[in-house]
Amino acid sequence: MIEFQLDETSGVATYLQLVQQVHQALRMGMLEPGDRLPTAQQVVAQLAINPNTVHKAYRELEREGLVRARPGLGTFVTRAPSGPDPATQARFLAAMADWLRSARAAGLGPDDIDAIYRTAFRGCFAEGVA
Amino acid sequence: MSAAIQASALGKAYRRTWALRDCTLAIPEGHVAGLVGPNGAGKTTLLRLATGMLTPTHGTITVLGQPPAAGPAQLARVGFVAQDTPVYARMTVADHLRLGAWLNPGWDDKLARQRIRQLGLNPKQRAGSLSGGQRAQLTLTLAMAKRPELLILDEPVASLDPLARREFLQGLMEAVAEQRLSVVLSSHLVADLERVCDYVVVLVASQVRVAGEVSDLLAAHHRLSGPRRSSGSLPASLEVITESHTDKQSNLLVRADGPVLDPAWTVKPVSLEDLVLAYMSRAGSDTPARRSHLGVVS
Repeated sequence: MIEFQLDETSGVATYLQLVQQVHQALRMGMLEPGDRLPTAQQVVAQLAINPNTVHKAYRELEREGLVRARPGLGTFVTRAPSGPDPATQARFLAAMADWLRSARAAGLGPDDIDAIYRTAFRGCFAEGVA
Repeated sequence: MSAAIQASALGKAYRRTWALRDCTLAIPEGHVAGLVGPNGAGKTTLLRLATGMLTPTHGTITVLGQPPAAGPAQLARVGFVAQDTPVYARMTVADHLRLGAWLNPGWDDKLARQRIRQLGLNPKQRAGSLSGGQRAQLTLTLAMAKRPELLILDEPVASLDPLARREFLQGLMEAVAEQRLSVVLSSHLVADLERVCDYVVVLVASQVRVAGEVSDLLAAHHRLSGPRRSSGSLPASLEVITESHTDKQSNLLVRADGPVLDPAWTVKPVSLEDLVLAYMSRAGSDTPARRSHLGVVS
């Protein structure tokens, strides 16, 4: 069983912190398929957070196909998250490195590049922001 | 779904002073809703009107679709924990439970006893000698054991130390998880609200400044900083809640319909506390002249 922790200064929504901690635990092998997540009531009693927040996090994990709620029994891990395959990762890493080199050659500094990246990122994932 | 609390042009006057005036709001059911605002905003008056302990001078209020305290059935649907969590000092903890059982038809004695045990309270102890945290927990137990559909709490944790506050909120959230009840609570302590509330209403001078689901509100508000510009030159999709400017820089807290894509801005998320304070400090929304005014901070 994992125990959630909250970072109140992170600016990350509480439900998302729970989601990320499950991802992390899966990647690190602290959670495996078949393991049960703490019940909403256990999380709530420990963290003093709204139960709807826990439900929302678990629904999100269920939507991602990582866990399944079994009525009356709890919420169970069904599979580990599948990251992009190594070849795909390598391809995008190489493309990003090329892009960074050309930006540097054009005289852009780390902060300029960071600002461009963040703007493009926000534009790309805009649907989640509104 | 009906509203937990719905008020329309609600007012309460004492002689010539209005404690609450022309208040219109709707707090939906199924939430843990936080009512925040400065002292004198009318929060306590609103909650007392909702319990039926006060009657309105003007306007209407309904609670779970019915007038407050309309009869025994309606009284049984609403639990109330008053400010400073009052108890009968000379009565024991067990006496309080007996009184609760006697006064409330839907009394859940098992739940009450179980909670008292969990809390480690001695049933024979007089309530007057309990600590502030224990007293708050006793009043919460009484309110929960009547098995209400709606639990109203007026500043329940304001006078508690941080540990007692956390324990109180843990108990409250456990009850919400178990019993699926709606909660409306007023508080000054916005950091606590951020954990427990999924709905928030900011009340200033009897008026709702902003209300909505916390996750929606947080997603729609951003802190922007960038080169100085007048707020009049911003796109219509950005509503400025607060702004401050130096001769070079502008810092804004905005509500945005969509993503903020202008690369000139550094965009940061806001906390619930930022958001609440911004709306509390914002001048009345009926003064649009202020929006074009560009103040200079030296």
